[in-house]
Amino acid sequence: MAGIPIVYNLRNLAARRVSTALTALGIALVAWVFIFTLALSGGFQAALTSTGSPQNAIVIRKGSTAELMSILDREVAAAVSSQPEIARATDGTPLAASELMVVWNLTRKSGTTTNVVVRGVGPKSLALRPTTHLQQGRMFRPGLDEIVVGKMVSERFRQCSVGDRLKLAGREWTVVGVLDSKGKTYDSEIWGDVELFMPVFDRPVYQSLTLRLADASYLTPLKRRLESDPRMNVEVEREDRFYAEQSGTMATMLRVLGLFVTSIMSLGAIFGALNTMYAAVGSRTKEVGTLLAIGFSRGAILTSFLIESVLLALLGGVIGCLLALPVRSFTTGTMSFATFSELAFRFQVTPLMLLAGLGFAGLMGLVGGFLPARRAATMPIVDSLREA
Amino acid sequence: MRFFRLIWAHLTRSKRRTFLTVSSIALALFLFCTLRTVMTSLDAGIRASDDTRLVVRHAASLVFPLPLAYRSRLEQVPGVRRVGYGNWFGGYYQDKKNQFTQFAVDGPSLFDLYPEILIGSAQREAFLAEQTSCIAGQTLVNKYGWKLGDVIPITGTIYPGTWQLTLRGIYKASTPDADENAIFFHWKYVNEGMPQGRKDLVGIYWLRVASPSDAPAVSAAVDAIYENSPQPTKTETEKAFQAGFIQMMGNVSLLLTILGSAIVFAILLVTVNTMMMAARERTSEIAILKTLGFTDALVLRIVAAEAMIVSLAGGFVGCGLAFLVFTLLTFLKFDLTAGGMFPNFRVLPETVGWGLLLALGMGLASGLVPAFTAARLQIASALRKVA
Repeated sequence: MAGIPIVYNLRNLAARRVSTALTALGIALVAWVFIFTLALSGGFQAALTSTGSPQNAIVIRKGSTAELMSILDREVAAAVSSQPEIARATDGTPLAASELMVVWNLTRKSGTTTNVVVRGVGPKSLALRPTTHLQQGRMFRPGLDEIVVGKMVSERFRQCSVGDRLKLAGREWTVVGVLDSKGKTYDSEIWGDVELFMPVFDRPVYQSLTLRLADASYLTPLKRRLESDPRMNVEVEREDRFYAEQSGTMATMLRVLGLFVTSIMSLGAIFGALNTMYAAVGSRTKEVGTLLAIGFSRGAILTSFLIESVLLALLGGVIGCLLALPVRSFTTGTMSFATFSELAFRFQVTPLMLLAGLGFAGLMGLVGGFLPARRAATMPIVDSLREA
Repeated sequence: MRFFRLIWAHLTRSKRRTFLTVSSIALALFLFCTLRTVMTSLDAGIRASDDTRLVVRHAASLVFPLPLAYRSRLEQVPGVRRVGYGNWFGGYYQDKKNQFTQFAVDGPSLFDLYPEILIGSAQREAFLAEQTSCIAGQTLVNKYGWKLGDVIPITGTIYPGTWQLTLRGIYKASTPDADENAIFFHWKYVNEGMPQGRKDLVGIYWLRVASPSDAPAVSAAVDAIYENSPQPTKTETEKAFQAGFIQMMGNVSLLLTILGSAIVFAILLVTVNTMMMAARERTSEIAILKTLGFTDALVLRIVAAEAMIVSLAGGFVGCGLAFLVFTLLTFLKFDLTAGGMFPNFRVLPETVGWGLLLALGMGLASGLVPAFTAARLQIASALRKVA
């Protein structure tokens, strides 16, 4: 015999409007929280993992876990820049940039303060990051008291719009441009001329050297040669791996928090779904008896109630997804342990996350609906028909 | 309470439903307590701070050091009783994953500035007498199973190399909010191992002033001295310094509040639904109660009390569970410190208080609709519907 038509379930859901709406909304919120936490940790991780390129390598001092702790002398930087594996610019010079990185305390628009990465960059720095470009204004002119700021810095901090004058290291700098790096960490940085920054920030050494490999496969020989040279005392790492590693602690913490919250919360919502479905089964005892009497199999009844429960949960899932769409426009900033300064990022809602939220909701319906459905399917026909 | 048995009968009418509802409320409040504990644990540094302690750092950022020469000048600032200093070491023990608070400090002033560090005088003297020694907090010692006299290798990320430190003392914290997950060793030891150009640099100075009311004047006086020097200072109370740290974490509290509200609201919807279903099933019973002479107000109170009891029971279970679980995990030496970010992950009594208050609120909100529906119920129509 065929299954019970789905329209029967839809009508039942519509008949118990308030109960359906409340349960679906409860599940919607759980799905929303699920997507929200995914979007949070996803956004943070995306900012870091998208930053590096497999074509680039970064050189830092041996033993330092991040740029901030690294020191590269001018001599070492010059020696690294002359390696044959480095790609050449059109004018024949190596595509490599020695950079200085300091962090500086700035005031957010909200009045609170935090550290911001201030990077002294060279003439090749922008070319080494092909997706980064000036969104507004122009590049700073070397030797002048000019800086460009990342998009997020411009949005979130005081005195950081084009034309503003920002005080750093006892000097006033004119903001002449805004950098857009398409969600990479450079959006949270301030850039200026490295040769000027060195004396002004009283740092006679570089922190890191970024270079473009002429071919990605050149990394291994370059890494082996430089790291085994005791005069260099450096570490060479593929740029994308270097940044991906930095997301470690924070991304894990965000993910653990999300997983913890959503798994406990979903259990609560499953309890709610159980209650609703048990009540649905209880109030339709006679109907179930009738269905059995006219020949529907117990399997068909089980399936029908499961479908009803999953439909209810999916309705919640769809609402949750819709509520989660605006989350995309949230930006937030948190401290990156590697730079000891703020990394601002946009929440990332991907279709996959929405699908996961929907699947998660469906699963809640399936789990929450199973026991009540089994109860409906195992009712003795005679007793259920006799009941009120 | 004359009607307690009646309410009890209602609650036990569908034991499964009551159990499920209590459980879902309990889960929501467990989460609430956990999220709030994350927030309060971040603030532990603020609670542990002392109003007579000031922190002096480079005006630009903690990353920049100050000269050692500032020490003698700071000692002359009127109102300053004691000056200490130290550097955040930022290394790890054996593996990069083993990170905790490490400070290279000026030994003698440490104990004057931080009376929270409780240590036997013999261990203290042993630590002060030996340049390569260290003292560690009890929690940290338990975690890694160290013993007095052990040599602990700490690999520096800011200060290159692996530094061998002999454990000469184990301290306990005098207040629950102070950090027992830290290790202190001698600034001099690190300083002597540094190359020229990186010697004689100090990350932060700690000042002790006579009374909290001296703090603003002393801060202003210190910052005025160095205002136009190449290394200007920022002096603030320890509390403000710790608060600055939390600000750097960004709007964590906002995120947690959003999550917490969504959780509570979701479970509230679930509970409202259950209460309404429960009341709907009992329409005829309520009509009979009214026929027997129960007033509308009494029926309202009975139905509302039922919701309150369910909610509060969930509250007690959820908050109690959070308290028990995290106390037990700490007791079992389970690492909840997240790399030193939460040196003391513990559920505060006021968190439990807020949780119970929230449960009360949820009880009120979920009982409201069914209680009024029951009170307004018309006997005749209700009895007819059932028949």
